[in-house]
Amino acid sequence: MSTDDATSPTVVDLRAASFGHHGRPVVTGIDLTVTRGEVLALLGPNGSGKTTLVTGLLGLSEHLGGTVEVLGTPLDRLRDRTRIGYVPQRHTLTGGVRATVSEIVSTGLLATRPWWRPAGRRDRDAVRRALETVGLADRARFDVDTLSGGQQRRVLIARALVAQPDVLVMDEPTAGVDHASQGVLAGVLHRLATSGTTMLVVTHELEALRGVVDRIVELDAGHLAFDGSPHGYAAHQAERARAAGRGAA
Amino acid sequence: MSEMLALDFMRNALLAALVVGLAAPMVGIFLVQRRLSLVGDGLGHVALAGVAIGVVTSTSPVWTALVAAVLAGVAIELIRVRGRTSGDVALALMFYGGIAAGVVIINKVDGAQTANLTGYLFGAITTTTTADVIVFAALSAVIVLVTVVLRQRFFAVAGDEEFARASGLPVLALNIVLAVLTAVTVVVAMRVIGLLLISALMIIPNAAAQQLSASFRAAGWWAAGIGVASSVGGVVTSYYADTASGGTIVLLAIALFAVAALAGTLRRAVAAARHRHAERHLHEHGPGCGHEAVAHGDHVDYLHDGHRHAAHEGHYDEHADHPPADADPGSGGVAGARAGRHTLGDREEVTR
Repeated sequence: MSTDDATSPTVVDLRAASFGHHGRPVVTGIDLTVTRGEVLALLGPNGSGKTTLVTGLLGLSEHLGGTVEVLGTPLDRLRDRTRIGYVPQRHTLTGGVRATVSEIVSTGLLATRPWWRPAGRRDRDAVRRALETVGLADRARFDVDTLSGGQQRRVLIARALVAQPDVLVMDEPTAGVDHASQGVLAGVLHRLATSGTTMLVVTHELEALRGVVDRIVELDAGHLAFDGSPHGYAAHQAERARAAGRGAA
Repeated sequence: MSEMLALDFMRNALLAALVVGLAAPMVGIFLVQRRLSLVGDGLGHVALAGVAIGVVTSTSPVWTALVAAVLAGVAIELIRVRGRTSGDVALALMFYGGIAAGVVIINKVDGAQTANLTGYLFGAITTTTTADVIVFAALSAVIVLVTVVLRQRFFAVAGDEEFARASGLPVLALNIVLAVLTAVTVVVAMRVIGLLLISALMIIPNAAAQQLSASFRAAGWWAAGIGVASSVGGVVTSYYADTASGGTIVLLAIALFAVAALAGTLRRAVAAARHRHAERHLHEHGPGCGHEAVAHGDHVDYLHDGHRHAAHEGHYDEHADHPPADADPGSGGVAGARAGRHTLGDREEVTR
């Protein structure tokens, strides 16, 4: 979404990368290239390392081996972290105090300006645009506590979008959200995808993202088990089901 | 009142109360947000050890207490970062070790008379000297300045540390700055309300403010106002009622909390009774939802089967069912977009 690096087609490039916690690898030997405009769903059972992999890109889990480049820069030398927008898996936004939707979203811009500079008109415009993108502009001044789970998820997306990142990393954006809100959420993701936003979505619910995702990567026990189109993934699953059926018989 | 202000020590006391009442809630709101309300209490315990060292070495207890509290504040953050479960026990050791060492050392020096100790534990505002007031005012000015400048960053880190770190904010540095500010607040408030009651002035005004506001910004203003009202009010009350100043300040803050909680409950009840919910529907209005959007004052209504729905908390309200152009013929065709005043009355003129 940023203009200066718009020419570079590779957004994320992993070569034999491994990530983990406290020096112990959770995912290993990952080769993965994400190009601009791709919407990639990252699937896999619980504990397969999906979250460790994406948080590794964000510098939240440890990078233990291989090379990781984001926008052509090695991860540990990436200064502007807001180039990767992060939508964490959180079920609630509220801490111990009240806050409005726009107060939460504007925290996404803090790292883009020096500590002594207050928010200016451009920052406020960016917050308004991000809220329009997720369809919450009319709720900008609401206490986040009064929003539904699905709406709070969209507040988190707006907070990640507000700094105009090159890639949006989302951890289970549709989990634990009721069906109607899931529809609205999928609409937002669809709108982002058509506007060319690169996305890496960790999910269990591929169905909710039908028509949005154009590539599927599956992790199993810390390794890549599949990388291809949604169509190919359906065939891969059918194949696996047949193999399992034969094994059982 | 003029009789009270004629007294030197009362003028000092009131000034000290003013700066403490302003600074303490400004730092405290982030402790409330991080659900670390009792950290101030722990730092107060450790500060007593600092006071004791000051008493023994005949240096100013304010500065030794400041050093002890700042070291403890930084240690707490470093222990939290390691994320060990034993961290909780480490904090307990530090806090109780601090207060125990303080009591032992001060009693050893002062002998059986405990006036000095009581003064630090529960506040001895009338013994505040002009020099003390100048130090407190300068430290409070630093606290206020730093919290105002870094307010949004503290808010972001306290609200979602993981996201703050991912976006590149210096999370540990900000947490340590906040810990130092908390320690400075503890020492500034030490003479005014006492080391055992300090946490109250950081937390209770914020708890009251939460009842009255819907935004972080508004809550900050309310908390500072309530903090100043209870600290200055408490000192004045303690002068006339001849009560202990520290305890009086805290009781007054609790009374204001009760008033705020009542006012908040009443306001919500009145608001609920005075506006009308739209029929329940699963559809969520938004751009491109298929319903016409109509600007209505500071928000947008959506035309839904001929009546207007406006988002409100977890539901939709019915707003005036005619567009403003019909309701107010004088304003012409652009009325739909005018900045009309939106009041509760709007909600009442709904016809079913």
